[in-house]
Amino acid sequence: MKGLKNLIIIIAALAVLAGCAKATPTPTPLPPTPTPAPTLAPTPTPAPVEKTIVIGFTASQTGKYNAESKEQIQGLNLWAEHLSAAGGIKIGNTVVKVKFKFYDDESTKERVQELYTRLITEDKVDFLISPYSSGLAAAAAVLAEQYSKIMIVTGAASDDIFAKGYKFVYQIYTPASRYLTGAIDMLGKVDPAAKKIAFVYEKEKFSTDVVNFAKEYAANKGYEIVLFEGYESGTTDFAPFINKIVAAAPDAILGGGHFADGSTFAKQLYEKKVPAKLVSILVAPALPEFAEIGEAAFQITGPSQWEPQAQYNEEAAKKAGIPWYGPSVKEFVEAYKSKYGYEPGYHAAGGYAAGLVLQKAIEDAKSLEPDKIKAALEKMDIMTFYGRIKFDTAQFYGKQIGHEMVYLQWQKDASGKLVKQVVWPEEGRSAPLIYPRKLE
Amino acid sequence: MGVFLASLVDGLMLGFVYGLAAMGLSLIWGVMQVINLAHGPFIALGMFSVYYLGVKAGLTPYGALIFALFFGLLAGIITYFVAVHRVLDAPHLTTLLATFSVNLMIIGLGTVIFTTTPRAVDIKLPSVSLGAVSIPATRFVAAFFALLSAAGLYLFLYGTKLGKSVRAVAMNRAAAELMGINTVQVLAFSFGLGTMLAMIAGGLIATLFPFTILSGSVYELKSFVICVLGGLGNPAGALVGGIILGLLEGGTSAFIPVSWVPVIEFALLVLILLVRPKGLLGG
Repeated sequence: MKGLKNLIIIIAALAVLAGCAKATPTPTPLPPTPTPAPTLAPTPTPAPVEKTIVIGFTASQTGKYNAESKEQIQGLNLWAEHLSAAGGIKIGNTVVKVKFKFYDDESTKERVQELYTRLITEDKVDFLISPYSSGLAAAAAVLAEQYSKIMIVTGAASDDIFAKGYKFVYQIYTPASRYLTGAIDMLGKVDPAAKKIAFVYEKEKFSTDVVNFAKEYAANKGYEIVLFEGYESGTTDFAPFINKIVAAAPDAILGGGHFADGSTFAKQLYEKKVPAKLVSILVAPALPEFAEIGEAAFQITGPSQWEPQAQYNEEAAKKAGIPWYGPSVKEFVEAYKSKYGYEPGYHAAGGYAAGLVLQKAIEDAKSLEPDKIKAALEKMDIMTFYGRIKFDTAQFYGKQIGHEMVYLQWQKDASGKLVKQVVWPEEGRSAPLIYPRKLE
Repeated sequence: MGVFLASLVDGLMLGFVYGLAAMGLSLIWGVMQVINLAHGPFIALGMFSVYYLGVKAGLTPYGALIFALFFGLLAGIITYFVAVHRVLDAPHLTTLLATFSVNLMIIGLGTVIFTTTPRAVDIKLPSVSLGAVSIPATRFVAAFFALLSAAGLYLFLYGTKLGKSVRAVAMNRAAAELMGINTVQVLAFSFGLGTMLAMIAGGLIATLFPFTILSGSVYELKSFVICVLGGLGNPAGALVGGIILGLLEGGTSAFIPVSWVPVIEFALLVLILLVRPKGLLGG
């Protein structure tokens, strides 16, 4: 009967584990980071009226999105710092200052639901910014909609959030449906003879959305999909997938998910000497830490929402016939570097852009009334350091339709150091694509 | 066929490492009937010791394993006296909670110190070609070390006086005490030994896959499955269970979507519990 007893103990152990995972202590509110410095506004007119708005959000300070969320929040903090240094948002005789209220969501949906409710009902914040990742942002969007609070969604590329008829949620990222289609265009351009594509992706909302759209796009272009298989979040051993990929002999491998699994996948593709000519992986290659996998990073491509080499400037804005707004790419990159000590990636840029879009909307609305700000967001069509921003106002209300992806590839500079180069679209590239991948 | 063979070898190599991790859990249960819920975090600490000593401090990753060994032994002995010793004879739930709180502490401190940014130990070893498929040599080396550690444990348990004491305490603590064995020391040492095995397994896993402080829990869960397969409290069974699990993962994944593999694993677990609840090698 010892065996049975053991089983009961194991079940009890698992139950304890599960129980404890849920019973987390109440969040300790963190001090809002940007305290607006007192500014001496040199206005001759009577002293301006000062108003403070509170922007609420959650940060994934712990849990699996810790790395990406940190970048996003750093970008957002930099925006608040710049705004504060500029003296706030001026609407007529009113100066609007910004305060943050945020909690740690532990990278879980449950916490996001609890905490956004708390931000809205108890902390009475004025505007919301989404947490990082499509899954968490979708959970937050439900609440923003329910309580009619304007929320800027950044760090989330899901299309689904905007297929539900929400009227208060606005997306900063290029949606998933347009994430990997560029890689397929790129493949078609450099190698019209390539015919076979393998998709290996993380079974999670965002990545699944991306590959489903990309698969359809590829199939329409006449590609043969030789493998289409998902892996669980948190997978570290890709050997079974890679063995299957080798058997299917694709020209290109597309897929991935988030940072940890994407970089592992790339590393193991290298170790197992997989001879695919093009490898394009979501999220991971865009982060500077991707270089830590060394030689394995070389020649890997990936889509990115934004890169420091991006060619967005006033000239590009003029060409597109839209107004330019906010800092230049260089100003943003330099400011971020001097504050945090390293170059920003797109998560950081997305964080900054979320603040910037809200700022622009308030300026355009010349009011803090939600209806007027909504109208300003609907009308918005601007170019920023982060790219173009324009929201769908029709069927997929709030979805990003202005912003475009860039594709980068890890290449080597003259000294043999790994560097990111923008390789697509061709007109904005900083180096030509290395194709096919060379195996040593 | 090439895919199947390569997957099988991949799985087998991993199986040795899984088995090693499970041996630690099994040993502690066998000696003191404590399910060590801090097993996963100790596996993760093994990963980090290889990362910091092997990569950051400049020892080679495999050299760092020697230090992980001593560090694991020490950490286990300390954990025993801090968290386990006083509740040893209390109901099982108490020891579960005690070791679970150690788990929470290590994870909590680890998140603060190491953050949850993934780390990887980059080892440059050639790959071994198996038809069209290559298998990284790191897997063979990891399997070799796992086997070496398992053999070492057996030599220790059956060839040394202290090892005999450990077995004696496992069989009958009261009788062992009457024979003049200092059971407290032996229990503490056994807990250290179990932790040490977890750390070595963690260190070996770190040479294969990237990891964070949270990574240990996956292997802890696998260890539970393996222990049931092989028979809880029987370290040899754990090694066999590990190999079976590894082969199963490798063998099946070539034919079915990989996410279905756990379904088969757990179905087997249920089957074993029904047919042979003491495990394959359980006495």
